[in-house]
Amino acid sequence: MTALANSSSSRQPISFAFLAQVILIANSFIMLYPVVVMVLSAFKTTGEIFEHPFALPDFTQVGNFAKVLGETAMPTYFVNSIIVTGISIVLILVLGTMAGYAVARYESRTNTFILLFFLAGLMLPLKLAVIPLFILLRDLNLLDSHWSLIVTYTAIGLPSAVFIMAGFLRSLPAELEDAARIDGASEPRIMWSVMLPLARPPMAIAAIQNAVPIWNDFFFPLVFIQTDAYKTLPQGLTTFMGEYTTDWGMLFAGLTIAAAPITLLYIALSRQFIQGMTAGAVK
Amino acid sequence: MPVSPKQARTLKHCSWVAFLVVPPVVFMSLFVVYPILSAFAYAFYEWRGLARGDFVGLANFKEVLFGATMAPTVWNAFLHNVYALVALMIVQNGGGFFLAWLLYKEPFGFRFHRIAVFVPVVLSTIIVGFLWKLFLNPNFGIVNQALYTVGLDSWAKPWLGDSSTALGALVLANAWHFVGFPTLVYLAGMQRIPSEIIEAARLDGTTEWQLLRNIVWPLVAPSTTILFTLLFIGAFNWFEIPYVMVGLDGSPFGSTDVLGLVFYRTAFGNQSASIQNFGLGSALATLIFLFIVVFASMLTLWLRRREIQF
Repeated sequence: MTALANSSSSRQPISFAFLAQVILIANSFIMLYPVVVMVLSAFKTTGEIFEHPFALPDFTQVGNFAKVLGETAMPTYFVNSIIVTGISIVLILVLGTMAGYAVARYESRTNTFILLFFLAGLMLPLKLAVIPLFILLRDLNLLDSHWSLIVTYTAIGLPSAVFIMAGFLRSLPAELEDAARIDGASEPRIMWSVMLPLARPPMAIAAIQNAVPIWNDFFFPLVFIQTDAYKTLPQGLTTFMGEYTTDWGMLFAGLTIAAAPITLLYIALSRQFIQGMTAGAVK
Repeated sequence: MPVSPKQARTLKHCSWVAFLVVPPVVFMSLFVVYPILSAFAYAFYEWRGLARGDFVGLANFKEVLFGATMAPTVWNAFLHNVYALVALMIVQNGGGFFLAWLLYKEPFGFRFHRIAVFVPVVLSTIIVGFLWKLFLNPNFGIVNQALYTVGLDSWAKPWLGDSSTALGALVLANAWHFVGFPTLVYLAGMQRIPSEIIEAARLDGTTEWQLLRNIVWPLVAPSTTILFTLLFIGAFNWFEIPYVMVGLDGSPFGSTDVLGLVFYRTAFGNQSASIQNFGLGSALATLIFLFIVVFASMLTLWLRRREIQF
């Protein structure tokens, strides 16, 4: 064992770097190849997928995509996802900034209580309270509508937004406020025109951190939404996959279309995505 | 009643702060606090469909844990959650740690590998589940097709249809989906280690393995704490991947049944059987919840003790 360790350490620099490179390339291949096969298969007919699963397709053959976009409810699911994610993020940012601002910029005895209140919300998995939430939404007449999802996602995302916003706003110097106050600016005016314009970076972090899980969520639509016209993309995808079980060309085209927006956005903004999505786990 | 200017100003200030604080707090109370507190209460009642019946004390809990019909399913599922937790700890978090170490040295193509490992993380679990379900198809999936191509015909299996491989396949699909997350969290943790420490160890002639085990692993303890706690919570909430890949019943023969599926079947019914029991569902949810809170806190405290200040 010791001999083995010694002999490897003497040759270490080259062999380790080489081995590391092999493992990293293999890993990136494993991460990306399934996505590549998905996209390539979307250009094939079912027969071609079964016969030549690894071959390159004829990229001019876009029939599957045309059919998914033209003949299925996929565009509706897509629009629903945009509506639900968009409104949820706006509500999370508005409510999160309000609470975060109050806690960060005004001295108050209730601040600790408010932070603890939101901390509890950060820890508790709302999934396990889905039965009472279901009954509450039914009583509020929100079940089977976009609003059932929007309020749920806002409730889940709000605590993290409060902490991100409060953490950032607390770091801004008091001189900024004081200068504006001497000039006679009102409190709402100071918040809106002086402080918030500086708070765009943490807002972007809070938005990405919440937008990805909301866009991808499946559990709450599964429980709350019955009407096909209100389904979001992940839930609609299960309906779609059930309808075309044997038409693999269509299945891969559907998956590709569903995966495309977020993947392209990620490739364009990878730094912000990685920063936002690991924000809770990286201090 | 006359109000002095000072009082008026305080009043104005207070109402402004209240305007900021009250809406978010009311929102959270209504949609988080109230449902979670009700979830505990509901477990003590008998339910007829959506209507609450009589107070039945601990009867629902008894049925979930010891009842002849439900308990065997629950314990079977619980063991699968434990299996998934242990397997994912090794494959997903352990794999992430080693990948992070390779990336830490910023080798050639570092930026590319870093972005590539995180691509599956941004995809919906539903997409990942369906994709792997198609890939693992016994006849036409690329996994078996690849095995035929390289002549390993005997290795080809109906991965999801065989009760000895199905749960393992779900774990691997999950690991493919999420390994990028621990990788990048560990990478950030390693980048915070002062480089002198690693340089000094290198000068002392430590081997790669000793460096990793005795220096890097203890110093990324804060990342380990958060990653293992998140994985613990995730493993006992596991639902989407099994639901999409093997269905609501945890087929074949309950070999992939997990608590999330049992909960959903109990509370919202199996479409074929059309049974719905909010009482038993709430009891199961409460038990899962308490289990997560108690053990995740213990795990966090235990892992925290390993953390070193530097």
